[in-house]
Amino acid sequence: MTAPIIQVRDLVKDFHVTRGRGGPPAILRAVNHISFDIRSGTTLGLVGESGSGKSTTGRLLVGLIPATSGAIELFGETITGANGEQALAKVRSKLQFVFQDPHGSLNPRMRVGDCIAEPIDVAGGWTRRDRTDRVSELLETVGLPRAVAERFPHEFSGGQRQRIGIARALALKPDFIVCDEPVSALDVSMQAQIINLLLDLQEQLGLSYLFIAHDLAVVRSIATDVAVMYAGALVEQAPKTVLYAAPKHPYTEALLEAVPRPDPDRVRSAALGGEVPSILNPPPGCAFAARCPKVMDMCRSERPAPRPTGEGHVVACHLY
Amino acid sequence: MAVPLLEVNDLTVRFRTDAGWMTAVDRVSLAVGEGEALGIVGESGSGKSVTALSILRLHAAPTTRMPTGKVLYGGRDLLGLPMREMRAIRGSEIAMIFQDPMSSLNPVLTIADQIGESLRLHQGLDHATARRRAVELLDLVRIPDAARRVDEYPHRLSGGMRQRVMIAIAIACRPKLLIADEPTTALDVTIQAQILDLLRDLQAELGMSVILITHDMGVIAEFARRVMVMYAGRVVETAPVGQLFHRPLHPYTDGLLAAIPKLDVDVRRLPAIPGSIPDPTAVIPGCRYSPRCPMVQAICRTEAPDLLPAGPEREARCPPRVAALEHVA
Amino acid sequence: MAEATIRYQPGLASGEALAARRRFRVLRKLLHHRSFMVGFAIVLVMVLAAVLAPLTGIDPNKMAIRFRFRPPQDAYWFGTDQFGRDLFTRTLYGAQLSLWIGLSVAVLSGVIGAAIGVLSAQFRRLDSLLMRIMDALMAAPAILLAIGLGAALGPQTHSVIIALAVAYIPRTARIVRASALVTRELEFIEAARVAGASSLRIMFRHLLPNATGPLLVQSTFVFAYAILAEAALSFLGIGPPPPAPSWGNIIAEGRSFAVQSWWIMLFPGFAISLAALGMNLLGDGLRDVLDPRLKVEG
Repeated sequence: MTAPIIQVRDLVKDFHVTRGRGGPPAILRAVNHISFDIRSGTTLGLVGESGSGKSTTGRLLVGLIPATSGAIELFGETITGANGEQALAKVRSKLQFVFQDPHGSLNPRMRVGDCIAEPIDVAGGWTRRDRTDRVSELLETVGLPRAVAERFPHEFSGGQRQRIGIARALALKPDFIVCDEPVSALDVSMQAQIINLLLDLQEQLGLSYLFIAHDLAVVRSIATDVAVMYAGALVEQAPKTVLYAAPKHPYTEALLEAVPRPDPDRVRSAALGGEVPSILNPPPGCAFAARCPKVMDMCRSERPAPRPTGEGHVVACHLY
Repeated sequence: MAVPLLEVNDLTVRFRTDAGWMTAVDRVSLAVGEGEALGIVGESGSGKSVTALSILRLHAAPTTRMPTGKVLYGGRDLLGLPMREMRAIRGSEIAMIFQDPMSSLNPVLTIADQIGESLRLHQGLDHATARRRAVELLDLVRIPDAARRVDEYPHRLSGGMRQRVMIAIAIACRPKLLIADEPTTALDVTIQAQILDLLRDLQAELGMSVILITHDMGVIAEFARRVMVMYAGRVVETAPVGQLFHRPLHPYTDGLLAAIPKLDVDVRRLPAIPGSIPDPTAVIPGCRYSPRCPMVQAICRTEAPDLLPAGPEREARCPPRVAALEHVA
Repeated sequence: MAEATIRYQPGLASGEALAARRRFRVLRKLLHHRSFMVGFAIVLVMVLAAVLAPLTGIDPNKMAIRFRFRPPQDAYWFGTDQFGRDLFTRTLYGAQLSLWIGLSVAVLSGVIGAAIGVLSAQFRRLDSLLMRIMDALMAAPAILLAIGLGAALGPQTHSVIIALAVAYIPRTARIVRASALVTRELEFIEAARVAGASSLRIMFRHLLPNATGPLLVQSTFVFAYAILAEAALSFLGIGPPPPAPSWGNIIAEGRSFAVQSWWIMLFPGFAISLAALGMNLLGDGLRDVLDPRLKVEG
């Protein structure tokens, strides 16, 4: 097994929310002590519903948001803690991000070529000729004609804009890309195209991904390993086939059950009741206790720690 | 079917944009029986939402040309009805719920006020009675602690709760038909499942017909009895739900079913539909799907196909496929 | 790392055709906008008047006491003033100065206001400080502020420009700041940060270009205000010094003769109103066309 290029240990992110009526700001714990690894050339699918903390995690990993505590190690450099800034600067060229919203992720006042070349321009030191060549190369890589570079983003469809965003991410030949819901805003017929593009790029360029999504089916089509988040906590992690075939955490089971299938003969069991708890004042114990069909007394008082159960499967549940 | 509850005949809706007139809905016909669940599925630009809005004449008048065609309900053509009578139908006989619960509720009115509005308007109830009824409705849509919740403002509720309130408002006057436009798209998966269960139960309890509009084939499979597939403003296929999924007739339906990411199987590469949805102002000769169709024939590019019958409750806008079916049969 | 470049056949991978380019969409919309065209026509006439003023061949400062106080007639279209100077020519030359003042004030307050606006949006700590200063400046009515500064700097054209520019900077700063705050939340800013972009780059390459719409519209209104304000300042004696004609100081000089020789004040006054109107219509048109356009297009 290849060594992990990304290592996250006990990561925590708190946001301070000012209250309307004065008094001390409330603490929103968006990411609650999570740990995971990503190995070179693989994709970790990060799945969760709203409030799960998955998007925050993605941004923490590329240094867009500073962590509150815990450690993030990227390619051997620890970007959290005392010398985090310098460490991040060293590995910055290996990291990139693909965003969800094809309409907001490109500057409408910049030509497509300039959008794509932004990482190059920021890094500096490229000749004009090299820059233009690289932009053309990138456009070809994502399946767009060269003429696109002279146009403006608003002239393109959502799917085409996502391709442009991917081209931008590839500009400096990164090794690791965080993809935050890259296909959620696209039509179904376009989703498949973009997923295939990401898979091809991974194969040919040896990329690793953190693929964030709420759609379990999309994650299945691209991930090597899958991690499930709920209310800021990582409740289960496993290699893809293991997770989908034999989920262990009650939330994962409920989640898989709730997804509608394109199969009219399927009868779905009754939906999981309740809602995601407020992460503003997290209850003690397991975040899922209020909705869990298999809840036990200890779940309400003691937070379950993640425990390995074999085959690379890690579960945070008192049942195991 | 026996006399349908709602019948739409050759509905056409056009919009004026910067780039000229575009036909958002092109001669769409459909029928919904009593107590039936009809699903309309399509991607962006398919015209599904505009069709729904046009049934209740909710389109923005200045930019739209008055829709042509007929929308028959209770023996009357809704498109020709004077506004006063149309308003009497909206909310009491035909109701609608929308995709985004955040913007569908008025932030400065309490839940009781908003549910009560429909009741006071259509049934002439006074405040006290309306409020009592609102609490009953909140119970019906399974909002816990209804008596307290009814006095709250929308911002205190989560997305799933707000959608339930929307449903409560919609069913307040026991409509015969509920049009639901992407009601669960903005919700989490587990909440979506709750809302779909609720809609199904309400439909059974109230004997309501439902038109469910969505882009999600899974939701359609779960909820609809009959499905209509739309593409670029036209209906391309109609079928009972089982037949649509097991034996689709239109290549677009094939393409959609193949391209959907699969939850239960590992697929090496998803077969994608090449190309993209056509620009709404573009004029495409022949079949609108022909630029992307894997089994396109010469005639498809020149002659615009009609919607052909292909069995009981089945229609498809693909002459080669329908013809092939007849050969087999 | 060795990279095998994947080459998709252009267009084949996605199969999507590129939408035909609709060039100059904004320009064409503007041409169809009635307010804009009327405003543009008015401003064009004014500018032409200013530029072509020398064509009259008459010296605006040439006095001819024998012909003073002549009402509008064949020889003198706008009449003459108390020194016998041809008012038509003076008004035309006045256009030069007044329009120049309007333009300078608009540009100066635009540039400085924009800089303050993006700085405030980018740096939260600077924001409080800068906005409090802007609030303080805005608390005083622009005219009073301009009077104060003008009096302090002395009655010269450039002090008028500086005074008025300072008075209008806060409004421009607020508008640019508002736009920048919205832009900041968009994902392409995050994309720039992931690439390592500095704050400077984000401010001037991303925030500012997306604020040009509101900025442009605001500048047209500042232009109009400045022309009006110059008249007020001249009226109070702290405008551009005579004998150089500006619309404001022609009016100021004609004040004493308002009843008998009404034409001295009338024509420059009319010119000021017309210029302000033209600019406002232009600005309205720009705002109608640019505003929805300049949101992130979908």
